[in-house]
Amino acid sequence: MKLTLYVWRQKSAAQEGEFRRYDMQEVSPDSSFLEVLDLLNEQLILKGEEPIEFEHDCREGICGCCSMVINGRPHGPKKLHTTCQLHMRNFEDGATVYVEPWRAAAFPVVKDLVVDRSSFDRIIQSGGYISVNTGSAPEANSVPIGKEVIDTAMDAATCIGCGACVAACPNGSAALFTAAKISHLGLLAQGQPERYDRVLRMVDQMDKELFGSCTNHGECQEACPKGISIKYISMMNRDFIRATAARVMDPKGAMKAQ
Amino acid sequence: MGLVRNFYRTTVGKKVVMAVTGLILVLFVIGHMGGNLKFFAGIDAATGTHKLDHYAAFLRTMGSELFGHAGVLWMVRVGLLVAVLLHVVSAVQLSRLSMAARPRSYAVQSFRSATPASRSMRYGGMFLFVFIILHILHFTTGTIHYQGFEHGRVFANLMSGFQPWYVPMLYVIAMAALALHLYHGVWSMFQTMGVTSPAWNNGARCIAKIVAVILFVGFSSVPLAAHFGLVEGDNTPTAMAAIVER
Ligand code: FES
Repeated sequence: MKLTLYVWRQKSAAQEGEFRRYDMQEVSPDSSFLEVLDLLNEQLILKGEEPIEFEHDCREGICGCCSMVINGRPHGPKKLHTTCQLHMRNFEDGATVYVEPWRAAAFPVVKDLVVDRSSFDRIIQSGGYISVNTGSAPEANSVPIGKEVIDTAMDAATCIGCGACVAACPNGSAALFTAAKISHLGLLAQGQPERYDRVLRMVDQMDKELFGSCTNHGECQEACPKGISIKYISMMNRDFIRATAARVMDPKGAMKAQ
Repeated sequence: MGLVRNFYRTTVGKKVVMAVTGLILVLFVIGHMGGNLKFFAGIDAATGTHKLDHYAAFLRTMGSELFGHAGVLWMVRVGLLVAVLLHVVSAVQLSRLSMAARPRSYAVQSFRSATPASRSMRYGGMFLFVFIILHILHFTTGTIHYQGFEHGRVFANLMSGFQPWYVPMLYVIAMAALALHLYHGVWSMFQTMGVTSPAWNNGARCIAKIVAVILFVGFSSVPLAAHFGLVEGDNTPTAMAAIVER
């Protein structure tokens, strides 16, 4: 099949970027989107041009590296797909395809389609962990957790941190990512001791990273390759309100009599 | 105090402020619409004045034993003003953050779940803000009223105020904007306060739709009925002339 690609080329964060047009012939409908870029890069190298820089690692939809916006949609047109899992049979023969990086102030472009997502790492560092004593792993069934709770926590934990939620959000908000990480730990018994500290610190860090503010469009949920629900955003808001309310109370439970 | 500041400093805190003030404003607007429907209550046979005027007088006298004439009314007004200001200030601050968060837009725009309602919140909100100012100048102070505005004669003021065709048109358009704002806003409020869940999400969406539709129909009925003379009252040319003369 034939393809007309418009790919965002940008030398560095400091330089201005632009779309460049590439016409491709004989693309196999069975190849993945990343393989098309590989093919294109081979042609570019043969012509002595600089290849397109893009991120990839696992190529099986679990690492969250392959970030690019394809025709206005993070990871392309198919729901619940990463770019590496997207096949060309989902495009029409002769299609025009725009490929651009995540567009967010918190994700500066490194080069071409590669963006710097260390803002996500800093959100995790601010509270996305549990404190456990070292030693051998505890007996798995020593802390019983309900099936529903564990499923909800597990669904949040499927987040691969790709950043599609931020890319899709018209506000450039990281609410879904942050909410998924907060809920995944906050739901489980091991996450309880730091639960309220965690939500306050992670929301605070999210704000420091130049992300926008969620207005509940729900675009993140559509774009998420793991289908993470915006119910976690509701849970994050709830925990945030509770955490603030808990701060109002005296930690030792002292009550004013007069 | 530090706690309040820390809470408000975060985006989630500002959103909660928007949700709570939004709730106050929605509740007020529902009450306002209910009161407006007195427009259809007709004339009180005993006094010969319109029941809507009685209702307006009641709003001034309620609680007057405790708080003096129009005391409660003014408390409500100040409360609403504070709610509006907090709602607007948070909205402006959050919008600026969000606009800075996406410095360059995509070459192809594609929306899958954002609706015209959710995408027009900012513009609709600005329009409603201007409308509220005009509306107060129109029927509360009478500054921009068509002709013959008289304090306390609410029914007559409505009848004359809605005579030029563009006035009811502006009001109906504003109510459409309000309905659109609340179609997303009411549900968004639940989500921001963290009370939504998949189990009752349909219920939350449903409440938003019902509020939007009822407010649109209820509010629009008054300007339309006044303009087209669909209601009994002093809409006769002679009564109109008398109002204009006075
Ligand atoms: S390359 Fe790992 S998810 Fe696509």
